[in-house]
Amino acid sequence: MSGRADRPAPRLALEGITKRFGGFTANDAVDLSVEEGSVHAILGENGAGKSTLMNIIYGLYQPDGGRIRVRGETVRINTPRQALALGIGMVHQHFKQVPTMTVTENVILGLPGARLDLAGHGARIRALAETLGFEIDPHEQLWHLPVGAQQRVEILKLLYREADLLIFDEPTSVLTPSEVGPFFELLRKLKQSGRTVVLITHKLDEVMGMADRVSVMRHGRKVADVETCETDQRALARLMVGRDIVVDISAGEGHVGETVLELRDLQVIGARGVTAVDGLSLAVRAGEIVGLAGVDGNGQRELAEAIAGLCPVRGGSIAIRGTSLDGVSPDRRRRRFRLGYVPEDRQRTGLDLDSSIAFNMALRSYRHPPFSRLGWMRFGAIAAHAERLARRYDVRMRSLSQRVRDLSGGNQQKIILAREIDADPDVLVVSQPTKGLDVGAIEFVQKTLLAARERGCAILYISTELEDLLQVADRVAVVFRGRIVGEMPRGAAQAERLGLMMAGHAGTVQGEAA
Amino acid sequence: MRLVFLFKGVWAVLAALVVGAFLVVLAGADPLAAYGALFSGAFFDYYGLASTLVRMSPLLLAGLAVIVPLRAGLFNIGGEGQIYIGALAGTVAALYLPEALPAALRLPLIVLSGALGGALWALIPALLKAYRGINEIITSLLLSYVAIYLVGAVIHVWLMEPGAPYPYSREVPYDVLLPVFLPRTEAHAGILIALTCAVVLGIVLRRTTLGQSITVVGHNPAAASYAGINVKRLILTSFAIGGAMAGLAGTFEVIGLKYRLFDHFSPGYGLQGIIVAFLASLSPLLAIVAAFFLAGLQAGAGAMQRAVGVDTTMVEALQGLIVLFVAVGLAFRYRPGRTAGKPPAGAPAAAVPETAAKSAEG
Repeated sequence: MSGRADRPAPRLALEGITKRFGGFTANDAVDLSVEEGSVHAILGENGAGKSTLMNIIYGLYQPDGGRIRVRGETVRINTPRQALALGIGMVHQHFKQVPTMTVTENVILGLPGARLDLAGHGARIRALAETLGFEIDPHEQLWHLPVGAQQRVEILKLLYREADLLIFDEPTSVLTPSEVGPFFELLRKLKQSGRTVVLITHKLDEVMGMADRVSVMRHGRKVADVETCETDQRALARLMVGRDIVVDISAGEGHVGETVLELRDLQVIGARGVTAVDGLSLAVRAGEIVGLAGVDGNGQRELAEAIAGLCPVRGGSIAIRGTSLDGVSPDRRRRRFRLGYVPEDRQRTGLDLDSSIAFNMALRSYRHPPFSRLGWMRFGAIAAHAERLARRYDVRMRSLSQRVRDLSGGNQQKIILAREIDADPDVLVVSQPTKGLDVGAIEFVQKTLLAARERGCAILYISTELEDLLQVADRVAVVFRGRIVGEMPRGAAQAERLGLMMAGHAGTVQGEAA
Repeated sequence: MRLVFLFKGVWAVLAALVVGAFLVVLAGADPLAAYGALFSGAFFDYYGLASTLVRMSPLLLAGLAVIVPLRAGLFNIGGEGQIYIGALAGTVAALYLPEALPAALRLPLIVLSGALGGALWALIPALLKAYRGINEIITSLLLSYVAIYLVGAVIHVWLMEPGAPYPYSREVPYDVLLPVFLPRTEAHAGILIALTCAVVLGIVLRRTTLGQSITVVGHNPAAASYAGINVKRLILTSFAIGGAMAGLAGTFEVIGLKYRLFDHFSPGYGLQGIIVAFLASLSPLLAIVAAFFLAGLQAGAGAMQRAVGVDTTMVEALQGLIVLFVAVGLAFRYRPGRTAGKPPAGAPAAAVPETAAKSAEG
């Protein structure tokens, strides 16, 4: 403990932290002050810059401007090891663990010292866990443990290294509902024992329930610092998503036709074996954009992949124009049912980054005429097609044979959109189309989608970026824990109400659209 | 990109030769004389060249057995086992197909069953990978030992020449032996088939939808599923093609060279195929060059020993050095900014040339 003046210096203070990635400013002159022994929440939407900020504190990124003070002293943190030496530890969203090793081995992995006294370490780890009010078997292999217990191992790892400022990155997003309560209990114990907790989250109820103080971030800036006792969820929701959402009138009313895509009581199992989509029903009509709002991780990815045929359906049905897609391959969904899909993760799923722009424009159709015939590629047809799309969608590039990896995110997204929309789909599922894009690219995406709507395409627009979604959606449905908790026409949609619904407050709004 | 890697292969070989020269000096000989004897013995001598070609055949096919799955992002380390099972299948066909059938019919059947044997053996790790997610590196490698001992057992129990001093099979009928295309040498027609396979696979990988699908799966399996490719089936296909190549290698050793199936007949061609694959930067056509070169090293070793008295094991050291320098070359990552600056000549023009460079850098 450093010298104490009348008022102790904050445990951690950031002054004017700025971080840019290329032309994108992830953190813009952020000030932050975390008091000793408090629980401090950092609230913001996806992409607001929370994680970047925490990675700077943890030494994973270097800021382009500003400074970090720990207990009043200016420090440079170049590596997580240095952060740990300053008592700062981070529990990542995805744990850094070796599943086939035991609890003890995971905790002591990387500790200096030549002698390996597993029994001694194990006993100390058990004792440490007991001071926090939970039991753990130090000799259990990690993959045997439920996620909640794995998370506690992450915490033990940091405490064992004597970290007393713990940063949690979206800690509840990996937990099952029954694990959330005990986790909060543990946070309280940590606070009682004098440790400081920083909680990165976009869940309002967690902030109100746990934090003493909250800093709200939006578009890389810190927009507010408030005591939780002086605010409420409604005010926080407003701060988080932006004051008033300007609805773009130019969107106009579409010519809504009959129902094209219909989801009934859909159930999809996610990657962790958890029911990600749980009884979701939704209909999208021709010439209509239905926005699906929700906080990340509420089943959106699994829903989109299930519709596209990339993720098996557990129960319920997906139908296009009344015909069930059960057992229909992704390729047939695209060709016969005219289903277009813009995946959430454009770099991992939507594109083959190491192939050319031209090939990527035909990524989902090269095995069919005119791009190939009898198994032979027709590169001429692919190049001609790509050249036409590149012109029409204004893809900025050096040449069509350039690798997609070298393009900016906006241009990558243009390639996907161009490819999917040029196939003239009847149904288009678009996931997070504006994520990580700059304003110009976002506008382009929105206009392209509106144009597709004019042609009578039924569009399901899945996004966590409420502002972008409200600009184009005719109706907004909110998904929470895999089901629709509310639905309203655009005119009635308000950021606050949506924000509350996204946080799981279903009762406030009943489905208004017939 | 391919060119960059080609240069890497050349550099690896040159670096190995330079370091190898020091080893020759240590062994008390003149490196230039040693290399002169080595390469003239391997490439500039009629019988030496034939012997190089004979070794090239299994090396090239084993290289192709690695290249095709690796283009799909999968490591087939089990070429050795597929060589053995292919040789067994080919031998069984050669010994047991009724001799009433004309040789012109039996020979293709023998070659096909050899390829099929290799393919089926390769399908085991492929199935485990596709449907159970089990690491194909480990399974394919371990299955090689299973294959080697399985073949040994089969020779012992069923195929063994009566009264043979150690395990080898009966001789295959004369009318199904592969013809020799260089008179008075052992250079058999299998070499030509291997070369054809390399050319055909080169075309398949570049020009067909199958080749494109293999490339996409190799780059990014998630994008491949999204593109509508059946990734599981493609894993099986690429392994089956690779295994078929290895199976041919084994079969040709029997019906082209030794006329019998010997226990432990392969001096590790399957693993040397991995060197061929990496030296050739996974290009089937460059694999011809790489296999030819490595085969030449092995074939010329004897000439070198006779000329300057350096032991033939020197060549094994050279091979090891090549592996080392190829690995060093792989450690230098391809950097997009360097070569991507110049679009290939004749590529379609950029849509917006002025702003293109800017946005691509951002």
